[in-house]
Amino acid sequence: MSTTTPAVVLSGITKRFPGVVANSDVHLSVQVGEVHALCGENGAGKSTLMKILYGMQQPDEGTIEVAGEQVRFRTPADAIKAGIGMVHQHFMLADNLTVQENVVLGAESLHGIGGKARKRILELADATGLTVDPGVLVERLGVADRQRVEILKVLYRGAKVIILDEPTAVLVPQEVDELFATLRGMKEQGFTFLFISHKLDEVRAIADSVTIIRRGTTVGTADPKAVSSRQLAEMMVGSELPSPETRESTVTDRVVLKVENLGLVAAEGTRPVLDDIDLVVRAGEIVGIAGVEGNGQTELVETIMGMRKAHHGRVLLGDRDLTRLGTLARREAGIGYIPEDRHRQGLLLTQPLWANRILGHQTRRPVSNGQWLDLAGAKQDTKRIVEDFDVRTPGIDVAAVALSGGNQQKLVVGRELSGDPVLLIASHPTRGVDVGAQALIWDEIRNARARGLAVLLISADLDELIGLSDTIRVMLRGRLVADADPATVTPEDLGSAMTGATSAEQASESEGE
Amino acid sequence: MGILRGKLLPPVLAILFSALLCGIALVVSGANPLQAFGVMFAQVGEGTTAVDIINSTGTYYIAALAVAIGFQMNLFNIGVEGQYRVAAVVAAVVGGSIALPPGIHALVIILTAAVAGALWAAIPAILKVTRGVNEVISTIMMNGLALGLAAYLIGADVFGELRGNNIRTPEIPESGWVPGIPFGSSGTVFGLVFLAALLGIGYWVMMNRTRFGFELRASGESSTAAAAGGVNAKKMVLIAMLLSGGIAGLVSMPEILGRDHTYNLNFPAGIGFSGIAIALLGRNHPGGIAFGALLWAFLDKSGLALDNVGVPREIVTIMQGAIVLSVVVAYEVVRRFELAAQQRQVGRQLGTVDAA
Repeated sequence: MSTTTPAVVLSGITKRFPGVVANSDVHLSVQVGEVHALCGENGAGKSTLMKILYGMQQPDEGTIEVAGEQVRFRTPADAIKAGIGMVHQHFMLADNLTVQENVVLGAESLHGIGGKARKRILELADATGLTVDPGVLVERLGVADRQRVEILKVLYRGAKVIILDEPTAVLVPQEVDELFATLRGMKEQGFTFLFISHKLDEVRAIADSVTIIRRGTTVGTADPKAVSSRQLAEMMVGSELPSPETRESTVTDRVVLKVENLGLVAAEGTRPVLDDIDLVVRAGEIVGIAGVEGNGQTELVETIMGMRKAHHGRVLLGDRDLTRLGTLARREAGIGYIPEDRHRQGLLLTQPLWANRILGHQTRRPVSNGQWLDLAGAKQDTKRIVEDFDVRTPGIDVAAVALSGGNQQKLVVGRELSGDPVLLIASHPTRGVDVGAQALIWDEIRNARARGLAVLLISADLDELIGLSDTIRVMLRGRLVADADPATVTPEDLGSAMTGATSAEQASESEGE
Repeated sequence: MGILRGKLLPPVLAILFSALLCGIALVVSGANPLQAFGVMFAQVGEGTTAVDIINSTGTYYIAALAVAIGFQMNLFNIGVEGQYRVAAVVAAVVGGSIALPPGIHALVIILTAAVAGALWAAIPAILKVTRGVNEVISTIMMNGLALGLAAYLIGADVFGELRGNNIRTPEIPESGWVPGIPFGSSGTVFGLVFLAALLGIGYWVMMNRTRFGFELRASGESSTAAAAGGVNAKKMVLIAMLLSGGIAGLVSMPEILGRDHTYNLNFPAGIGFSGIAIALLGRNHPGGIAFGALLWAFLDKSGLALDNVGVPREIVTIMQGAIVLSVVVAYEVVRRFELAAQQRQVGRQLGTVDAA
């Protein structure tokens, strides 16, 4: 294998966006006829890298080689010509057209739109396991078949190297198995796959080799058959990062947040997204929630914040029952909230920094006075945050979007620690920020804890969780399935608890519902 | 300077561009564009045109404010048209059937109009909040209903009366009139034009100085950030829609209380739709809207003179459309440019970008 020319080689790829480096010095080598997995957390830079390979974005530095030849892709059309195809996570199909029309759309020059095209589609359909007639409307297909149509589309355009962006996200387990069978079959025929995922068990099931990307750069390539899920998880989250260690315990016995028997059912299904959650956070305590993304952490936070309505259970802050209150009343009661996505939920991007200071505090001093805003107070307090939290900005009148991610996040953290909250809910507080901002945010959370703040910390960064937390709860499929002591637990242990590997009994129980 | 460039350059460019477009259209249709534009400007000094423009500006201004409140939170109230019509009928009927001291009578009529407009807008608002019905669709349908309802209400056997060829509501007694400022043969400026100015000031204060205005703008900028910040989206939709409808209800007040004293078949139509264009042109800013309303009124009233020189006055409609289109494009171009410039400036002032 190693003597043949690799199908794709990316070397030294660097891509900068204003204020942030999305990829830095990325190296990736994919052999012909293998399934190569690209693993990393959300925001690690996987999608940017794939967009570069697919010609949707141009790298600032570095080279791309396809089949031994150096290439420069200006548009996806260039990439397609070089035999690279991409199947997006969100399908790009026209429901009201037939399978054949969808496949041919935009590639009419290859085999026309008539019988020749149909013949070619039928030849290729076999490889993808698509059994339906090309004349069937796409709206009548299920999710798995739609995905096959997407794969068919790229094959029809002559792709030999196929990028699959989180292809299993939309599939149920049986469909995942079918997809993997299809991939194995196509691999035999010489197709090469780049498989993007953060689901380690799936990667280990299908991939021939795996490259780990963390914080925008590739940290290594491994043979998934030879390493354990633990080791992969460790590579993904990184264990040699600056340690966010919390020292002597400041935990008191005063309960600040009490969540009782909390349940939430997804709108579209009967499967509970949150299942009987019981949780206590005390003053001066940081409780960390560990879990692979999509196991209910987002829903838990949004239910505690009142952005989602719990189906049963109670949320208490001190002695006060918050269950029936709205988000604003909960904030007024003393909850600070660092949302997981600062762009979507944390900031008004085109508004100046001082207007962002008001958001979430619009009913409280110093930024407002009754029904009136206190602009002077808001500006002054924004200056305080900028100074105390080292927000690098030319002034408080610039739009929030002009700042780098780290500085935006420092502003959000400063705002949420304003007004003496008794509880801070921090969702991925340091995701996608630079190391300096990360250290500062950790310090601030630690200081607030020392002053008696209760903190609920949700993070995918296991070192952050272990380093900051006084208690760790592990979340899996909407349940808190295990506890861990941050003093003794290792990222490896935590990683396998998160995937259900060490608590297989509990996992299988919850699957039986 | 940057603010001036960002705020004023786009509309100026857009107006020049659309004047150019219309000039070309005029040349193609065989008319002399310079002569046509000259006639339009000269017309301002003729007869009652200047006063007509001011009166019309007031009416347009109120309509555009009503639309702008919705726009602030991405709520498309196309129903201003129907809201002001229903409000006009109801206010005229109520005003014509009660007797109150001067001043109070007018005030009651004005409040009636606002409440009627708000109630008419409440229907699509409630449908949106409880059932998720898109307000664009429901307000358009409510416009149709408003037309029918108004026609029914002024029927001779309902509340209306037949006068010659015209059907109208009973005349409002003089105690309910709002006197204007007479300019002799040049006409009379409606007293309620000042109501429009007052509404504009109130709108600015609400948007920029109150908690409600902040929540409204936050919802418009990012509904997800607003939700995380504790803004109740449904409540905002409801209040914004009611406010919008309430202001829309006032649109016809200057004319009814200042001149007509009745709702009749000659009631002006289409002001609500002009309001949408003017709010777009003015970027929801009270000053910008005032300018837009003035421009609209000028084009409307001066355009009448075009017939005298054999130019179809529909050219004015083309111009209005071209202005709105080019203004939207120009603002977007300038906005992107400014944003990129600001990001570069921040990067420069801080020396380097932070490495992630």
